[in-house]
Amino acid sequence: MAAIEFTLNGKRQSVDVAPQMPLLWVLRDTLGLTGTKFGCGLQLCGACTVHINGVATRSCGTAISSVAGKNVTTIEGLSPDAGHPVQRAWIEADVPQCGYCQSGQIMSAAALLVRKPNPSDADIDQAMRGNLCRCGTYSAIREAIHRAARYASSSKVETGGGQ
Amino acid sequence: MSAVQKLTRRSFLKTGAAAAGGLVLGFYLPGKDELEAQATIGKLNAFVRIGTDDAVTLYIHKAEMGQGTVTSLSMLLAEELECDWKKIRTEFPGVDPIAFGPVQGVFGSMSIRTSWEPLRKAGATACEMLVQAAAQKWGVPKAQCRAENSTIVNLATKERLSYGSLAEAASKLPVPQNASLKDPTLFKLVGKPQKRMDTPAKVTGKTTFGIDVKVPGMLHATLQRCPVFGGKVASFDATKARAVPGVKQVVQISSGVAVLADNTWAAMEGRKALVVQWDEGPLANTSSATIRNTFADLAEKSGAVARKEGDAAAALSGAPRKIEALYEAPYLAHAPMEPLNAVAHVRADGCDVWTGTQIQTAARETAAQITGLPADKVQIHTMYLGGGFGRRGRADFVAEAVEISRAAGVPVQLQWTRDDDLQHDTYRPASYTKFTAVLDADGNPTVWNARIVCPSFGGLRNGVDRTAVEGIAEIRYTIPNILVDYIPPDVGIPTSFWRSVGYSQNTFFTESFMDELAAAARKDPVEFRRKLLSKAPRMLGVLELAAEKAGWGKPLPAGRFRGVAVVDNLGSFNAQIAEISIDKGKVRVQRVVCAVDCGYVVNPAIVKQQIESGIVYGLSAALRGEITLDRGRVQQTNFNNYEPLRMDEMPVIETYIVTSTNPPGGIGEASTPAIAPAVTNAIFSATGKRIRKLPIRPEDLV
Repeated sequence: MAAIEFTLNGKRQSVDVAPQMPLLWVLRDTLGLTGTKFGCGLQLCGACTVHINGVATRSCGTAISSVAGKNVTTIEGLSPDAGHPVQRAWIEADVPQCGYCQSGQIMSAAALLVRKPNPSDADIDQAMRGNLCRCGTYSAIREAIHRAARYASSSKVETGGGQ
Repeated sequence: MSAVQKLTRRSFLKTGAAAAGGLVLGFYLPGKDELEAQATIGKLNAFVRIGTDDAVTLYIHKAEMGQGTVTSLSMLLAEELECDWKKIRTEFPGVDPIAFGPVQGVFGSMSIRTSWEPLRKAGATACEMLVQAAAQKWGVPKAQCRAENSTIVNLATKERLSYGSLAEAASKLPVPQNASLKDPTLFKLVGKPQKRMDTPAKVTGKTTFGIDVKVPGMLHATLQRCPVFGGKVASFDATKARAVPGVKQVVQISSGVAVLADNTWAAMEGRKALVVQWDEGPLANTSSATIRNTFADLAEKSGAVARKEGDAAAALSGAPRKIEALYEAPYLAHAPMEPLNAVAHVRADGCDVWTGTQIQTAARETAAQITGLPADKVQIHTMYLGGGFGRRGRADFVAEAVEISRAAGVPVQLQWTRDDDLQHDTYRPASYTKFTAVLDADGNPTVWNARIVCPSFGGLRNGVDRTAVEGIAEIRYTIPNILVDYIPPDVGIPTSFWRSVGYSQNTFFTESFMDELAAAARKDPVEFRRKLLSKAPRMLGVLELAAEKAGWGKPLPAGRFRGVAVVDNLGSFNAQIAEISIDKGKVRVQRVVCAVDCGYVVNPAIVKQQIESGIVYGLSAALRGEITLDRGRVQQTNFNNYEPLRMDEMPVIETYIVTSTNPPGGIGEASTPAIAPAVTNAIFSATGKRIRKLPIRPEDLV
């Protein structure tokens, strides 16, 4: 086994594990970052979603070797203080019930908003249909994504005004 | 008397000094003598603690699985304690049957119903003691002191003392036995929508679920169970499993062979490399077809009477025309998003278990039985639950973790995979029900006759499992002759409660068959029900409200169709009207209007969440939920073949809450039963074809 190096939540990280070990279990068991969840192991539920080079990716189906040299962001790295627009919107819309799927939902939503800052309902359906929620928070998630889009656009206006 | 009433009537209050100083207030659910005995040795449990640092800690003897218990119970306490509810800290205490009653946990949508009075009393009593302590300190009459926002105000001088500064003095005062509760019309917090306390941690990944528990020296385990229910290990070869990097031990326990490793993935890889020979046992030839044949054969016999009113037999024999129908529902898995898991650490002198359990007492009794330890040497640490839906009321996964830890001699986290979850669930039982009814010349039903064949999953009394017949036997419709009988087949498939329990299948049966009777009587489905509900005002109330809000009777856009269903369960009432379309062989639920009367509402925002949640859960099952068996093995393996509702299938759900001063009803399971019949009744409206078997299949839609 050779050490695998990548960037995790903005910091350089090196792990010495089996190269085929899924990123999910490296995060949870090797590195102790338990915000990323195990739900199905077959990329069917989205609970394990993280960003790899900014793209929403199921970490349960991502071998750690394929992450070498890349940027990985988990829920723990999305913001230091729940200040990311998606997290703020999630709090305002009071989205979670049991909460187990929500890290994955938030990571998928955050990646969507980078690609489409003002997503339509159809965009949301397409980007979020891979994230299951057994508590049925889908309406609240949709509302929160629209809300986050508004936060993000208003903060851009502020930034633009200051330049 | 219901369990809820018993618990409430026996509720009781006591205080004592907290170890850390301050006021400790326990709200007790046991008998008075037991309570006195406990209080004299200073052992307090279900309690509120006010620290000298002003912090209010609420010990919640329930569990949080998404239903909002942590938030709602904190609101009840704060309303009477006059403290800032957002600053309440909550903790889940250990098991204590003396303090919390014989069954500690969350089930039957009972958290609000059993806490509504005791928690407000706990708050009111603590508040009165703080007032009294302040009055003594100032040397003024109590009437001159008022509690306000975590302080006591001297109304004459406007001086204020914080709760923290009074907590220790208050804890030395005798406990007032009759602290008065607020008139609900004076509530400032309760009854208004409030944000959940658990949200911030849940959007940052900080909530600790059972799966997130790490204990020093802990190994990660997976367990290979016999794929056939009731089967046993005949022999196994662990040579290849032990060779997998990271695998540390392989141990056999009563239900299979466990692989222990230094991470979960290695334990999964090790399990794949196991070679196990099974003694498959008597169910090796069981399939969905053999089970259905058993049910169908039994349905030809008579069963134990579950309800008898009037003389249905005589009315049937003289009837010129009978309306008959056969309904079926499949086995269902619970499939909470967090696959089952438990951390157990068995030692010679004690055992600790960290898990998300719905019934802490069952977890503790199970661990005590396996280890032979006295129950008080077993500590259950309740973690947040990544969904429960009834599944986490069972202790099978706790038993396995305890057995593995005992065999391996180390702390162990047992992790189930999704295929373990679907293939080794304790399922919502399949059911097979034959209806016969008679209509009089005016189209009013005169006979309601049902024979229910369903495995017993709630216990038999006089031959009847009330959970298996609920929703058919206890209908609220006024019909003069009712005969419901019940036959419990024993087919060996493990079963347990699934969100809304017997109503989950029986309301589909009842409300579909009522729709059949309305059609046979050539009456509008809402009008037909309305007439039969004249003696059930709350049921009628939600039906009329849903009909009004949904625009029942008004024209719909082309291609849209409506269906209605109404139910009373767990002390609540709700009516649902589903609006559907059918496109390319798929039903699309566009809109659901739900009117609910759940008595006094503690947090309307959480009621709305739970209504939506229950509808999505029921709709997932109606559209695709089915566990099937072949050669004694469950055929479903993951979310590709047991697929819950996804974002793009989510209907618009509108929830309307009836204002009520009735005692609170249950809400966590209220809305699950009615969605399936509301949807299938809408499909009937679209196609003229009655769906009598779930889940809905493409051939049902043409």
